[in-house]
Amino acid sequence: MTPITTPEIAVRASGVEKIYVSGDTNVVALRGADLEVRCGEILMLVGPSGCGKTSFISIIAGLLKRDAGQLEVMGQDPQALSTEARTAWRLRTVGFVFQQFNLIPTLTLAENAAIPLILQGMDRRSACEKAREILNYVGLGGREQSSPVRLSGGQQQRVAIARALVNSPKILVCDEPTSALDGATGLHVMELIAQVGRMPGRAVIVVSHDDRIYHLADRIVRMDDGRVDRIETPAARRNTHV
Amino acid sequence: MPIFALKMLFGDSARFYGMLLGLAFSTLLISQQAAIFVGLMSRTFGFITDTPQPDLWIIDPSQRFLDDNKPLRSTAVQRVRSIEGIEWAVPLFKGLLVVNLPDGKRQVSQIIGIDDASLIAGPPFMLEGALTDLRKPDAIIVDERASRREFKMNKPPEGGEPRPLRVGDILELNELRAEVVGICKATQTFQSQPVIYTTYSRATQYAPPERRMVTMVLAGLSKGADQAQVIKTIAERTGLSAFTGEQFTEKTYVYWMLETGIPINFGTAIVLGFFVGVAVAGQMFYNFVLDNLKYFGAMKAMGASRKILLGMVFLQASTVAVLGFGLGIAVTSIFGLTVPNEKLAFRMTWQIPLIAAGAVIIICTASAAIGMWRVLRLDPADVFKG
Ligand SMILES: Nc1ncnc2c1ncn2[C@@H]1O[C@H](COP(=O)(O)OP(=O)(O)OP(=O)(O)O)[C@@H](O)[C@H]1O
Ligand SMILES: [Mg+2]
Repeated sequence: MTPITTPEIAVRASGVEKIYVSGDTNVVALRGADLEVRCGEILMLVGPSGCGKTSFISIIAGLLKRDAGQLEVMGQDPQALSTEARTAWRLRTVGFVFQQFNLIPTLTLAENAAIPLILQGMDRRSACEKAREILNYVGLGGREQSSPVRLSGGQQQRVAIARALVNSPKILVCDEPTSALDGATGLHVMELIAQVGRMPGRAVIVVSHDDRIYHLADRIVRMDDGRVDRIETPAARRNTHV
Repeated sequence: MPIFALKMLFGDSARFYGMLLGLAFSTLLISQQAAIFVGLMSRTFGFITDTPQPDLWIIDPSQRFLDDNKPLRSTAVQRVRSIEGIEWAVPLFKGLLVVNLPDGKRQVSQIIGIDDASLIAGPPFMLEGALTDLRKPDAIIVDERASRREFKMNKPPEGGEPRPLRVGDILELNELRAEVVGICKATQTFQSQPVIYTTYSRATQYAPPERRMVTMVLAGLSKGADQAQVIKTIAERTGLSAFTGEQFTEKTYVYWMLETGIPINFGTAIVLGFFVGVAVAGQMFYNFVLDNLKYFGAMKAMGASRKILLGMVFLQASTVAVLGFGLGIAVTSIFGLTVPNEKLAFRMTWQIPLIAAGAVIIICTASAAIGMWRVLRLDPADVFKG
């Protein structure tokens, strides 16, 4: 008998190493990190400050080059692509949510959220139309024409989530999406990520320090000193801590 | 993305208007100063451009520019006439004399005495009267600007309100009667003295005895004469220098350029205009790009190609450049059209907007290039660094 479901693998990383060279000092950020992320799951990457979380997801997202190890993201090693091809690959494949929301203050919410579509070549009108739908979906319906500067942090992060999802990327990468927000707002934003990000075939990777949102993850990957230390499920985690 | 690029630009309104005004002010300073410079310079040779008839202007070899009068011996005209290839040659008197007005006012004026027979080198435009009226006794023609200003009749002989000098009025030169028979329009002289046209013989009567001399000889070439050869022959036979109008203009212009402080003064203002642009607009544009660097970085991470990002910066720079330049040139033109020419020499030649545009392009290209370089160097991985 074959298993009924074999979850497809979105990210397969093994032995990933990253060394930052600045001047005469080398900082080893990753020393052989291994990770598998399944399609359809929400994976949280946690660990002490400086353990290499941001470096790791940057490599996975095709923003940063690794120095050793294997990586396949949706069947593609981003590092094997030319700079231009990698940029285009990121556009198609990866959605980003940043700690600092990085919304352009002089554009409307709809325009901000439409950026990935426009970068993909969609005309502005259709892109903004589509952005409106997704803004509605993240709870900002009716405010499409407002400016981001009038929004609270939580609302701004909702717009950023809409922007990350507007072109239906296969992978959503969020680096500390809630750490610029207060606890309750952060929880709401994370709930939104868990709700709208989770789709069959899409993998969501969230880097976070915020243990109040851990229960929203399918799996929690604990990193330490440039390696993946443990993989837990929220239930197991809760058991170990409580 | 072009629309977004423009919205980013216009949305930062304080900075946008700052850049716009910086560039406009720069353009204004450069083009306005250049136009005044050209205007002043063209006054130094205005008489030459006002006088198209002669093929050759024959002067003493030591004369450096138009107004640097070095009178010639009275035989000069005859000797020039005898040269092969010369169709005609006439004397010209040009000098400063004192004019007495009926109310006792004295006014130094530029007297131009033109050949009695041919009346060659008369004023370019007659507003009242005819050039041939100069053949009447004691006749003079006065330029219109002076008739309203220096020669304004404060106590008209017929009584009543002050009025401009007009045909029929009597002035006095060197205790001789001079009757106004015409009003003309002549290019203002560099020192802005009134210009009076009369015949050569009358001009030499008006002049004090020691200055009753030919100032220069104007000549026309015969059909088919070899101009260069004639110029050479004149030099050999008479020891005088002959120039075409163009050459004489250039000689005058070069003198003023090289021998006076005027170009340095204007040059300084123009360079200043350029640096105002660099300091204000260039700097602000660079700061504008720096402020937006995090958004460019985020877009780069999201998958915006270099081409798109550079295109955005380029569009932003060229938009402020075009708008700032346009505003500056518009203000300069309005300035040039509203300030009366007699108050200010202002002459906008087609080269001036080009020079100003060049300056604006340099400022914007340089600041955009630095901005683009910063955008290119952006590490997309830095977007995760708060
Ligand atoms: N550009 C860089 N140049 C040099 N060293 C770097 C650079 N980026 C990160 N590092 C170093 O690499 C190590 C891992 O950094 P990284 O940002 O990946 O950690 P992190 O787990 O995301 O930390 P945090 O929780 O504080 O965000 C740290 O020691 C950091 O100082
Ligand atoms: Mg980090």
